[in-house]
Amino acid sequence: MQHVMTKDDYRKYVDKVSPDSKTLRNTLRAFFVGGLICVIGQFFMNSFRQMGFDQDVSSSLTSIVMIFLGVSLTAMNIYDDLGRFAGAGSIVPITGFANSVASPAIEYKSEGYVLGIGARMFLIAGPVLVYGISMSIIVGIIHYLIKH
Amino acid sequence: MLEKKVGKQTSRMQNPPSINAAASIVGPKEGKGPLADYFDQAVDDEFWGENSWEKAESKFMREVLAKVTAKASLAMDALDFVIAGDLLNQCIAASFGIRESNLPFFGIYGACSTIGEAMQLGAALIEGGFAFNVACLTSSHFCSAEKQFRFPLELGSQRPPTAQWTVTGSGGLILSLEGNGPYITRITTGKIVDMGIKDQNNMGAAMAPAAADTIYAHFEDTGLPPDYYDMVVTGDLGAVGKRILDDLLSSNGIRISRLLNDCGLMIYDMKQDVHSGGSGCGCAAVVFAGFLYDRLRKGKLNRILFVPTGALLSPTSVQQGESIPCIVHAVAIESSRGGNQ
Repeated sequence: MQHVMTKDDYRKYVDKVSPDSKTLRNTLRAFFVGGLICVIGQFFMNSFRQMGFDQDVSSSLTSIVMIFLGVSLTAMNIYDDLGRFAGAGSIVPITGFANSVASPAIEYKSEGYVLGIGARMFLIAGPVLVYGISMSIIVGIIHYLIKH
Repeated sequence: MLEKKVGKQTSRMQNPPSINAAASIVGPKEGKGPLADYFDQAVDDEFWGENSWEKAESKFMREVLAKVTAKASLAMDALDFVIAGDLLNQCIAASFGIRESNLPFFGIYGACSTIGEAMQLGAALIEGGFAFNVACLTSSHFCSAEKQFRFPLELGSQRPPTAQWTVTGSGGLILSLEGNGPYITRITTGKIVDMGIKDQNNMGAAMAPAAADTIYAHFEDTGLPPDYYDMVVTGDLGAVGKRILDDLLSSNGIRISRLLNDCGLMIYDMKQDVHSGGSGCGCAAVVFAGFLYDRLRKGKLNRILFVPTGALLSPTSVQQGESIPCIVHAVAIESSRGGNQ
C-alpha cells in the first residue's frame, strides 16, 4: 500500500526543501539600482531648477524624462534584464511604472490596436491606478473634513 | 476479461508499436544547451519569421510533423491519425499547426505531460488495430506561455529560485505497427493528484506527488523490480521536484535515485539562468525525440520509463486561489519487443 503524506505535512516538507530567494543579495541589488535611478532623477531635477524652472514644473519635467527613459529601455529590451537583476529596485521607481505600461502594450500588439494595446495596456498598472486614485480621493476627503 | 490490462492503471502491449522516427525543432536558448547536437534544428529567432509567438509555435509543430513523417519515409497521407497538444488556450498551436495537413486529428491537453498522453493513445490505437501509423506531437513556446500564464515578456520582474523556464520547441514521433523499434511495451495512465500546492512558481513540488503515484502504480501493476529500467526519466520536475520525487519514492521502498533523471534538467545548462530547470509540453517531447530516442536507437539505453509530468492549472484557477491538480503518465520504451516477464 502506497504511503501518502497528508497535504499539511506535504506543504511543510515542500517549504523545507524549496530553496528561498537570496534576500540579502536581492535587497542590496534593489538598494543600489533603485538608488541609482533616484540619483539620475535628482540630476534631471537639479538641471531643470538650474535652467530656471520652478519646483513644480521641474518635478513634472523630471517625471516625463524618467518615464521616457523607462519606456525607451523597455522597447530596447533592456528593462526586463534590469528588473531581473534589481527586482523592486527597478519596479518601484516611476521608470518601473512606465515599464509596466509599455511591456503589455508591446506584448499585445499582435491582437490589434483596440483589443490588444488599448485593452491590455493597463493589465499590470491598472490595479495600481484604481487603488491609488481611490485612496487619494479618500485621503482628500478626510483632509477636507479635518480642515473644515 | 481484458487481456492487455495489467493491474489498475497499466496496459501491456501484446504487439508493441514501434517508434519509427522522431524529430525535434527547438528555439535559440535550447540550441545553446547541452543537448544542442541531438536536435534536428535550432532556430535563432523566436518569431521564426512569423508576426506572433502563437503563429511561430504553430510553425514549429507544422515543421516537426513534416520532418518526422519524412524521417519515417512515409507519405503524409500514410498517417492514420495525428495526436497533438500544447499549452495555449484551446490548443491553438496544435490545431493551427495541423490545419493544412488534411489528416484525422485528435487534439489533446495534458499540460506538460501531453507527449506521454499522446504516446499512450497512439500506442493503444495501433495495438487495438485502428491504425498503422500515428504521429504524436507537442509543442511549447517560452514567449507564448509567459504571455498566457505569467507577465508580458518585457516586464522587469524577478522569479523565485523554484520557478522554471518554458522550453521553446516541438517534438514529434511516428508510432507504427511494424518497425525496428524502440518499442512501447507498457503504458501506465496517471490519475489526477493534488497535494494542495498553490504556488505556480513551484510546479515541481506540485507535480512530484503525481509522478511518485504513477511510478509507484507502474511497478505495483507490472511487478517489475525498480531497477528494471536503465533510466526513469520525468518530464519537467526540475531540481526541486526531482529531489521531492526521489524522497517520495524512497519512502515507498522504490530506491532508484541513480536511475532518476529529468528532461527539464537535461535540456539546459544551469548557467543559462533557468532557475529550477525547463518545463512545458515541448520539454519532455524534444528531449525524448532528440536525445533519448537517439540513445535507444544506438543501444546506449535499452529500457527506459518515460514519465512526462503535467500541472493542470489555468491562469483563472490560479487567480481564484485553487491548488494545482497534476497528472503524470508513464510510457515504457524498450529496444527489444520481447517484453519478457
